[in-house]
Amino acid sequence: VLHATRLLHTTRQSLAPLPPLPEKGGEVRYGLIPEEFFQFLYPKTGVTGPYMLGTGLLLYLLSKEIYVINHETVAAACILSVIIYGVKKYGSDVAAFADKLNEEKVAKALAVKNEAIKDLETAIEQEKKEQWRVEGCSYLFDAKRNNVAMLLETNYRERLMTVYNEVKKRLDYQVAMQNLKRQKEQDHMIQWVEKNVVQSITPQQQKESIAKCILDLKALSKTAQAAV
Amino acid sequence: GPLSERRLMDVRLGELPAWLATCDLSPQGLLGGVWKACNSYYDKYINVKRGGPAGISMLLAGYCLLSYGWNYQHIKCHRWRKYH
Repeated sequence: VLHATRLLHTTRQSLAPLPPLPEKGGEVRYGLIPEEFFQFLYPKTGVTGPYMLGTGLLLYLLSKEIYVINHETVAAACILSVIIYGVKKYGSDVAAFADKLNEEKVAKALAVKNEAIKDLETAIEQEKKEQWRVEGCSYLFDAKRNNVAMLLETNYRERLMTVYNEVKKRLDYQVAMQNLKRQKEQDHMIQWVEKNVVQSITPQQQKESIAKCILDLKALSKTAQAAV
Repeated sequence: GPLSERRLMDVRLGELPAWLATCDLSPQGLLGGVWKACNSYYDKYINVKRGGPAGISMLLAGYCLLSYGWNYQHIKCHRWRKYH
């Protein structure tokens, strides 16, 4: 069970999301002196105050030779002029290039974020689908239970059938045995009776029976002759 | 606000000694102060979306002045005039 009321960030301040960077830096005049200095002097000396201050300072430094003019001054002048020329000419191009690089970086990060969000959303949908499926679980289980019950029933009936068949076979066997026995006894008795009768017919009886037959045949032939 | 929590730019000149007394002058405190100053400079002039030459040019100018100051004793020998 997820306790949704528990705080996720336990530290005082989370480091994300960071506030976006400011668009432009502090204002600087002539690339060297921040604007705050001019604003600081404005109430007392107006607009030209800082320039007057600068000129006076420069003249003081030069006249008292606190700033000495030597070969380094010439070198500095040349270098500065080249730098300023370069900045003025190619500054905007370099700025555009840097902006493009920044854009690409931000776009990549944003793409990653969107990918992650999309993946999470699909995961959420699948989760919801799974939850919906869980609701249908009860039907699934009912169907499975029915299947199992059916299997048990069929198995029971099959076994009942086998029992019935086996018992029938044994009873048939018993019945067949009894029939066979009776038949064998009958046959045996008939044979025995016949055998005894045939044995009992003595030769004298045979002669008498043959003589009787001849007499009968003669009588028959007389009647038959008469009929013809 | 109270004196100890104000930044240096907001302290008036008369209150400067009192402000210095309240701030943390141990090595860690000084280091922390330097670190905070650096970070505020960076946040104001360098960590911006569209910066200009101002950020590094001020640093380079400061470096020029510092090195001039360190080499002043040597440069004093190359003066053009003896008396000013």
